[in-house]
Amino acid sequence: MRYLAAKTAAEAAGALAAEKGLTRILAGGTDVLVQLRSGMVEPDLIVDIKKIPGIRGIVAESGGFRIGAAVSGAEIGEHAALCAAWPGVAEGVQLIGSTQVQGRCTMVGNLCNASPAGDAVPSLVAANAVARIAGPDGERDCPVADIPAGPGKTTLKKGEIITSIFLPARPDRASDAYLRFIPRTEMDIAVASAGVSLELNADGTVKAARIVLGAVAPTVVVADDAGKALVGTNLDDGALAAMAKACEAVCNPIDDKRGTIEYRTKMAGTLAKRAALIAYARAGGSK
Amino acid sequence: MTKLHVSTTINGDPFEFLCAPDETLLDVLRNRLGLTGAKEGCGTGDCGACSVTVNGRLVCSCLVLGAEAEGAEVTTIEGMADGDELHPLQRHFIDGAALQCGVCTPGILVAAKALLEKNPDPSDEELRYWLAGNLCRCTGYDKIIRAVQAAAAEMRGA
Repeated sequence: MRYLAAKTAAEAAGALAAEKGLTRILAGGTDVLVQLRSGMVEPDLIVDIKKIPGIRGIVAESGGFRIGAAVSGAEIGEHAALCAAWPGVAEGVQLIGSTQVQGRCTMVGNLCNASPAGDAVPSLVAANAVARIAGPDGERDCPVADIPAGPGKTTLKKGEIITSIFLPARPDRASDAYLRFIPRTEMDIAVASAGVSLELNADGTVKAARIVLGAVAPTVVVADDAGKALVGTNLDDGALAAMAKACEAVCNPIDDKRGTIEYRTKMAGTLAKRAALIAYARAGGSK
Repeated sequence: MTKLHVSTTINGDPFEFLCAPDETLLDVLRNRLGLTGAKEGCGTGDCGACSVTVNGRLVCSCLVLGAEAEGAEVTTIEGMADGDELHPLQRHFIDGAALQCGVCTPGILVAAKALLEKNPDPSDEELRYWLAGNLCRCTGYDKIIRAVQAAAAEMRGA
């Protein structure tokens, strides 16, 4: 195995594209080093992207935020303006692992590891976040929603790396929330999860809602009909029940030791309801 | 595999070492530099026995490559005492019998010190969440929490 600490995104993309063998990108390493250790992968080349200028920074851009691919969960949690604008995004990434893991793990790593249960992903998709990708053919932007392709698989092409995530500007009366269910209180993988982003009208009714479910399908799922069920309402019981039902309709989970199909499906709707109520209160809605 | 040459700072002292590209910082510390305070429990970031700080950030050294230490500032349990004078956390762990076999202790001390630097007066709940990534199979944690709180109180008073 060779180790390359790339100095630019172009150098990283070039090296990854030119390598004929197996490659891994190293940012926080909290998944890659576990894979190395277990012998799951034996890469020929590891490209460390942390020395690329700007990749460890959070900067304001167009009223929103651009978050470098190597920014750790702990750094996101310490960024007060980002946490105020996108509390659901911040709480998702901060649920990954322990304090030690938070010191290293990244949103982009969580996205590219492509576990259906990744805690950073539902809120990013609910936020309409956009990934900036550097590749052998230059730079492109791609909605985060289009990155996961299935467990352990992404739509990124050979040589491509995500260099940053853009979170758009937040209008007034807008917020988000993320909830997951785990059988213990800390350090576990979501059995089901939900990220909800809401925008409210001046009268407190929902103007726009985006609901994204995790761990209930091969990738995160955008529950479009669930979002529509909330529009125009102030999250009355009927609207929440319709929303939960619409969530259940798009679930396609697996049965395993951590949860049955029925349980995960039911929990996805329940978590979406609870997350919607939190996002609603954060956005200034009152019932 | 070609070895990499790495220059780093550990507990304030400059260090240079050669390591394989896939060698972890934990293995470098223990096997190349003789700093055997950090322990390998799981090797996969679950147990926290290998906790160190890199550039002030608490991490599992089993999840860091030795090569990543280039130009970084690393602190380990070996840097915690001031010569023969133990850090208040170390003293309270001994006085309060907050350890039995001791394998998890260096990691817990490093992690607790990182918390107290950030938050000198944590609640028990904050402390327990902060240390959720440090597993101890002997003590049942209660004495650990009490020892950290006793050290925190002493450090606040100092």
